Amino acid sequence: MKFRQLKIFKVTVNKSERMKVEQIAELLDGKVVCGQDLLDRNVNSVFASDLMSDVLTLKSDDLLLMTGLGNVQTIRTAEMSDISTIIFVRNKKVNPDMLELAAENDMILIECPYSMFKASGILYQAGLEPIY
Amino acid sequence: MHFEYLIEGGNFSKAGTASSLFKKVLKQLNVDPILIKRTVVALYEAEVNIVAHAYNGVIKIDLDTERIYINLTDEGPGIPDIELAMQKGYSTASPEVREMGFGAGMGLPNIQSNADNLRIRSEVGKGTTVEIEFFLKN
Repeated sequence: MKFRQLKIFKVTVNKSERMKVEQIAELLDGKVVCGQDLLDRNVNSVFASDLMSDVLTLKSDDLLLMTGLGNVQTIRTAEMSDISTIIFVRNKKVNPDMLELAAENDMILIECPYSMFKASGILYQAGLEPIY
Repeated sequence: MHFEYLIEGGNFSKAGTASSLFKKVLKQLNVDPILIKRTVVALYEAEVNIVAHAYNGVIKIDLDTERIYINLTDEGPGIPDIELAMQKGYSTASPEVREMGFGAGMGLPNIQSNADNLRIRSEVGKGTTVEIEFFLKN
């Protein structure tokens, strides 16, 4: 039987433990394109969605948004929902309008080359919590 | 206090500008963060609806120590069946709206779940008025 080779992560965090955004960016091989000076911010839970309508129904804030939707309404939705960190998966790029709005709102934006499934798996394994 | 914002139908790059400005006002006034979130999420959903469906609209907000009253009136196609429009999953949104991450038929139900009061009146071929109310004290 052939086993899939699993990458061993250096960072192991207990469940429910908060994690610095800097570590998250590292785990996801991510490029921080906004908020480079804010990376010591902590995150405890993640919501992954391409549908902003779903993000707007969340009652909790203090979460990290993972999405493959790269447009200015992603940033607006985060602004309204008090979300301050966004990871753009599937190699989606942040455009200048998004960058400007995110900077105004002290957000951290990270571009990540991984699929949503892979990025979610890595963060879940590292101990970050789902919203539900 | 009274606030007014003009909304351009179809201009998706500006959708949310009014909600953003009003959020800053609420923050400056030190309104409870949970109420700020409920208010701006409902306002943003309603603002996106004007951009997505109407030709133009105006948002009028009255704010005092008791309540936040928001009136969104648009000139647009109107809603033929409001009960149907309130159902989760029902949507008439264009592909352009869906590309923005909306149009899943969740906006009006989400406004209702956040607001203390919601009233929608509409005339087909003329436009729609949405009134949303929040109370500052329980």
